[in-house]
Amino acid sequence: MSTRILARLARSRWSSPLVLLVVWELASRSGLIPERTLAAPSAVVATLWTMLVSGELPQNLLVSFWRVGLGLSIGVAAGVVLALVAGLSRQGEAAVDPIMQIKRTIPTLALTPLFIVWFGIGETPKVALIAFASMFPVYLNLYSGIRGVDVRLLEGARSFGLSQAELIWHVILPGALPALLTGLRYSLSIAILVLVVAEQINASAGLGYLINNARDFMRTDIIVVCLMVYAVLGLGADALVRTIERRALVWRPSLIKA
Amino acid sequence: MDARLQFLADTPAAPASPAADPIVRLNRFTRRFGDVTVIDGLDLAIQPGEFVALLGRSGSGKTTLLRTLAGLDSADGQDVTVPTARAVVFQDARLLPWKKVWRNVALGLKGADIRARAQHALKEVGLGHRLDAWPLTLSGGEAQRVALARALVREPQLLLLDEPFAALDALTRLRMHELVLALWRAHGCAVLMVTHDVDEAVALADRILVLDGGRIAAQERITIARGARAELTLPLKEKLLGILGGTPAHSGLPDHVIPFPHAAAGA
Ligand SMILES: Nc1ncnc2c1ncn2[C@@H]1O[C@H](COP(=O)(O)OP(=O)(O)OP(=O)(O)O)[C@@H](O)[C@H]1O
Ligand SMILES: [Mg+2]
Repeated sequence: MSTRILARLARSRWSSPLVLLVVWELASRSGLIPERTLAAPSAVVATLWTMLVSGELPQNLLVSFWRVGLGLSIGVAAGVVLALVAGLSRQGEAAVDPIMQIKRTIPTLALTPLFIVWFGIGETPKVALIAFASMFPVYLNLYSGIRGVDVRLLEGARSFGLSQAELIWHVILPGALPALLTGLRYSLSIAILVLVVAEQINASAGLGYLINNARDFMRTDIIVVCLMVYAVLGLGADALVRTIERRALVWRPSLIKA
Repeated sequence: MDARLQFLADTPAAPASPAADPIVRLNRFTRRFGDVTVIDGLDLAIQPGEFVALLGRSGSGKTTLLRTLAGLDSADGQDVTVPTARAVVFQDARLLPWKKVWRNVALGLKGADIRARAQHALKEVGLGHRLDAWPLTLSGGEAQRVALARALVREPQLLLLDEPFAALDALTRLRMHELVLALWRAHGCAVLMVTHDVDEAVALADRILVLDGGRIAAQERITIARGARAELTLPLKEKLLGILGGTPAHSGLPDHVIPFPHAAAGA
């Protein structure tokens, strides 16, 4: 009985992370890994529980959520609008695309000092950084998605007398939707990445604030809890886009069969 | 046996009387791409309800001509008369993969009970049960039937077909021929069908045009009922293939394949 379970465990993808956890726990208990280097898994779980119960984690998580949500909304909206302008008209392309290409060469995080000078150290530079960073993947993917729509489909639809607006609505936008969703996925992960850095800017709440504080008091357990939360955020973002994709792209054969 | 009975029942539908006003008329139509003149002073008239097949070598300009008739390329001020009620079926069905089959058929339709109209058209092509299917789940033949339904639901006066069955297997193609003939009789529209298959042209058309050197180089009117064309096929095929630039005996190709242009003709 137990040997069968062990055999199945050995084959499962969960086994190696589990082994790692057990080794980590044992090493911590035996004093091989001092607590100020890395807290034991059991201590991390206990800390997670107290932070949840005290409301410390939910409150700070909410603050971070708010920053990502607002920044993403602004960034994605701007990216979509710019991509539509550049993708749907030649003049728009000439006006928008060169600027976006220049912007692409500047790493967003390198703009942090400038944003602090402009916006101070409150919420604004954090949200602005996230918005700025998440705009580009959406723009780039949607723009090339619009430009890559199958001309034969466009022509077929045009031969049935569809107007320009109807062509955009029935052919171009649905055709570019998969690209938009790819862009959205990149934007989400970039937004979380920028969040981590932006929250190092003199924050008084949020996940980054928790981590900074924990660093000052050498609370490795809290740091690990926050890292876990970041990971969960990333997984959640991915799951969100996947769900949207499943809903919006039901017509794809791979998804039809599933 | 059954087949023979069907032959007897085959009556030539809507014989095109020369007196009627043509529904399509091109006078000295010319189309150039840069320095290359693809269509060169072509005259063409198609009567209402007439079934015309257009043969020609690859690159002779068949698609170019059809695109003009479909309004996909502008005729830039030339003497071109085509009805506004027209519809195209391309070689690839060009269904929008993100719209269900019936929505593809209803694309661009205005007014009430669009779904009912689409459903009726799909029933006509034998796909009344695939209304809510996604296009990418259809077979090639089914997709082509949807494309036919999408064209016919608009009640066109002129139906343009650009090698619609080229990608289908022989058996499916024969069944599509029957379907097209049935639909043509039911709707009474004029048909211009581009094809590479001389057999197909002989089996379906009232008139066969051969496009060569930018003009209609030859045409054949067939008055024999469609079912009774078996004996006619061989000599007519020899003749048409001769016009197209190579007899089957000389080209060494399967006898229904139109050879590529000769080096001299291509230069
Ligand atoms: N948009 C275009 N620009 C430049 N040349 C073109 C264009 N469209 C067609 N041509 C040229 O015009 C000629 C006729 O093309 P067309 O597609 O009409 O041939 P076709 O008779 O339909 O050939 P096939 O039987 O292979 O489909 C070809 O030489 C082609 O290269
Ligand atoms: Mg062609």
